[in-house]
Amino acid sequence: MENIKKEVLPDGEMVMEDILAKYPPKVAKKRSKSIVPNDSSREQSIQSNVRTVPGIITQRGCCYAGCKGVVLGPTRDIINLTHGPIGCGFFSWLTRRNQTRPGPEGDNYMPYCFSTDMQDDNIVFGGEKKLKEAIQEAYDIFHPKAIGIFATCPVGLIGDDIHAVAREMKEKLGINIFGFSCEGYKGVSQSAGHHIANNQIFKHVVGLDDKRKKGKFLINLLGEYNIGGDAFLIEDLFERCGLTLISTFSGNSSIEQFANCHTADLNLVMCHRSINYVADMLEKKFGIPWMKINFIGANASAVSLRQIGKYFNDKELSRRIEKVIAEEMPAVEEARKEVMPHTKGKLAMIFVGGSRAHHYQGLFAEIGMSTIAAGYEFAHKDDYEGRKVLPDLKVDADSRNIEELVVEKDPERYKPRKSQEELNKLKKAGVRMKEYDGMMPDMVKNSFVIDDISQHETEMLIAKYKPAVFCAGIKEKYTVQKRGVPMKQLHSYDYGGPFAVFKGAVNFYREMDRTINSKVWGLIKPPWDSSPEITATFGSE
Amino acid sequence: MLLRHTPEEIKERKALTVNPAKMCQPIGAMYAALGIHGCMPHSHGSQGCCAYHRSTLTRHYKEPIMAATSSFTEGSSVFGGQANLVQAINNMFTIYNPDIIAVHTTCLSETIGDDVNQICQKARDDGKVPEGKHVIHCNTPSYVGSHITGYSNMLKGIIKYFSKSTGIKKDQMNIISGWVEPSDMKEIKKIAKEMGIKIVLFPDTSDILDAPQTGVHAFYPKGGTTIPELISTGDSKFSLALGEFATDAPAKDLNSKCKVKFKTIDLPIGLSATDRFIVALSNAADVDVPECITEERGRLVDIITDMQQYFYNKRVALFGDPDQLIPLTELLVDLDMKPVYILSGTSGKVFVRRIKEILAESVPNAKVKNGANADLFLLHQWIKNDPVDLIIGNTYGKYIARDEDIPFLRMGFPILDRVGHSYFPTVGYAGAMRVLEKILNLLMDRQDRDSSEESFELVM
Repeated sequence: MENIKKEVLPDGEMVMEDILAKYPPKVAKKRSKSIVPNDSSREQSIQSNVRTVPGIITQRGCCYAGCKGVVLGPTRDIINLTHGPIGCGFFSWLTRRNQTRPGPEGDNYMPYCFSTDMQDDNIVFGGEKKLKEAIQEAYDIFHPKAIGIFATCPVGLIGDDIHAVAREMKEKLGINIFGFSCEGYKGVSQSAGHHIANNQIFKHVVGLDDKRKKGKFLINLLGEYNIGGDAFLIEDLFERCGLTLISTFSGNSSIEQFANCHTADLNLVMCHRSINYVADMLEKKFGIPWMKINFIGANASAVSLRQIGKYFNDKELSRRIEKVIAEEMPAVEEARKEVMPHTKGKLAMIFVGGSRAHHYQGLFAEIGMSTIAAGYEFAHKDDYEGRKVLPDLKVDADSRNIEELVVEKDPERYKPRKSQEELNKLKKAGVRMKEYDGMMPDMVKNSFVIDDISQHETEMLIAKYKPAVFCAGIKEKYTVQKRGVPMKQLHSYDYGGPFAVFKGAVNFYREMDRTINSKVWGLIKPPWDSSPEITATFGSE
Repeated sequence: MLLRHTPEEIKERKALTVNPAKMCQPIGAMYAALGIHGCMPHSHGSQGCCAYHRSTLTRHYKEPIMAATSSFTEGSSVFGGQANLVQAINNMFTIYNPDIIAVHTTCLSETIGDDVNQICQKARDDGKVPEGKHVIHCNTPSYVGSHITGYSNMLKGIIKYFSKSTGIKKDQMNIISGWVEPSDMKEIKKIAKEMGIKIVLFPDTSDILDAPQTGVHAFYPKGGTTIPELISTGDSKFSLALGEFATDAPAKDLNSKCKVKFKTIDLPIGLSATDRFIVALSNAADVDVPECITEERGRLVDIITDMQQYFYNKRVALFGDPDQLIPLTELLVDLDMKPVYILSGTSGKVFVRRIKEILAESVPNAKVKNGANADLFLLHQWIKNDPVDLIIGNTYGKYIARDEDIPFLRMGFPILDRVGHSYFPTVGYAGAMRVLEKILNLLMDRQDRDSSEESFELVM
């Protein structure tokens, strides 16, 4: 980050005043707590995981979207049945790019959309009967091994008991059926849905299959969704290192893998926000420790692999890890050298997700680009400031209704993988278990950290800093590009990728070169227009 | 196989929809509202509805879709969404400065019984609506009808709020457009202009959802039906409603409110439907059809003459929205093709009746289904049982097309995997030429791909 000169970034407080000026006073007051000109040398605090102000154009979606999208959405061998009017099922149908490899004979329901398509009489007289019938019909036609039921807004309001229906039909059909009370109005963003998904998969699936797989180093990968094939690259890396992957929550995943995941000896947490609940519960119930890793960026990937090596404390494993890193790095360096002259010193902004806005900063840094504004769509305070804030976090009215599972040691199966002594030793060796410092400490002074950024704030940031690239999601894509600023979607990767680990880093470097330096940005102004150039040279001083 | 669990055997379903061929009302209301100049749609519901609709519209139109939400929480679902909506209205006018906020409801706000009319009135009474600005609304419960119903309901809302009769008729006619691309709306205006007819087209998403790249993001692009134009619809001499499912009800409303006579005809997709459109325009405005339109029609017929041998007897499966499917089926019949399966998730008895009429002579045994459980799973099963030569529908059809190795024409909404559909029309004679060219390319590419080396042709 040292390549940003101080004078490049104007005083953050002043920029913030400008941003807030347009808001009604109450809104300005509320938003001011979610916008922080960063200065990691002092105590900082950001407001997050709070309600979006109505009428503000937000990036956020709903609890249902978070619940269905995460954990089971990317899981191929379960029927995900949406109980509600048709829209919720339709709009969450195949739109997240979670890739999967079922093999020629394996179950794969991911290309399907299942819905009860509730009608007004179901709203008036209740939808439980239709839900039961739908489950029966799904069973008769498909004979799946499991069915998940996802509640939409009206379901909770009219009082349909999806869990009772699930129990009854599970009993009747003899397959695993369970529900998610993930009505869209719950919580303040997708995040509530993640939590609900974590809880239900833990309650209804995890631990059902005790058979330990062969392999010396058994791991789970948590919070990796295999967008554009990221997980495939990570899987390949694990295999070459000699690590045995039991399950991925959730990318290229199956219900069977989840049932068996408690046999692993280490959990790797990729997306801290969406999946830390499962990591914690697996530790409490089964004694599996977790570490935060990051497979976005070649440097971060190498660091993460080495941490895994240290955790298992096995010479052969560490040797293989080093060998794999050595095999991967030449291509990375070659691509880096190739694009660096076109990307060095340019500015990026990243506003997505729960962890991506942090992870991608390292990847940008590898090609000499600085992230001068970043924030999450649905993260909590610990994702910004680190897990040190957890003990003091206050639970507000919107989070209180999201169930917090009470998990205890499994009387038979709890087995601490590392003794306290071993954990202390690991800590001394620089292996950080159950720790995450969040995004803010990694960002430069006067860069902006903004939670739940609005359309207005997006516009202001772009106008003030003219970044070389702005990263967000599909809803933001064209408002940014219409301003002549290249935009990269970091949810869907603009249908490209994969961007994970080493090969992904190479893809990303070249993709950034293309995104930022495409000829189109120089074609906007017609030759007969004499107004000054407003595009194409952003941030390239 | 992507849809590997779809069996040939068809079991009757009553409760389970698999791979729907419809969306819910609010997205239609949002699209219709985007066709009004200076208008910002507002979704009175959970954030997810607005996020899903904006995402889907953005993926299809590849343009900014600016819309806001009441961001319901559990609390507002219990106590009602009034505070959220009033605050939203205030914030939207202050921050985004639209001329109109077009509120539509969702299954959430409908289920709890929010009275949106009253809430909008409260916002006005509380001074949250600046002078000269408007808040309009419509009810779009997601558990009734489909996205087409929602589109229609927003048009009804627009008429209710804006259309006024001064008692003095203007020398103009209304064209109420069904859900088509911005390029189609442009084409409709072009045709009216060529005929020398002054029209008010609404909604009109052209120059909004096909806005040029200028380096400046216009929050409210220059297109869209303006407020004075909308008010004047009550003084128009006549309304031509294009597409019965989307526009018949609004046209009726306008007639009962402002005594504007109307005629509901099909969307002008294909030769025959465009013929009827031109005749209806000509009759309503009492103008002759200009030479340039006759020539354009002639060119279309000429192309059909040239292409007809390749179309003859080809079996086609279509799915989508009724207003598109009816004239499209007719076009295929005009081309001597065989539309054998026609399916829409949108309900309404007229659909089957109209399709059956069109196919009475040429394909009397065609399978036609709409409404409950008319979904792509069923369409796929029909195709598995008796294959087709071509599938026409929105992007979701590509899974069937790939599994069954059938040429696939993207038409309808949403198209999520291609660029261009919003820039080139499919309505009018020019639009029909484009549809024909696309169909022919698909069929010929297939023939080129499949033919043996000795039968591979240079000249076709």
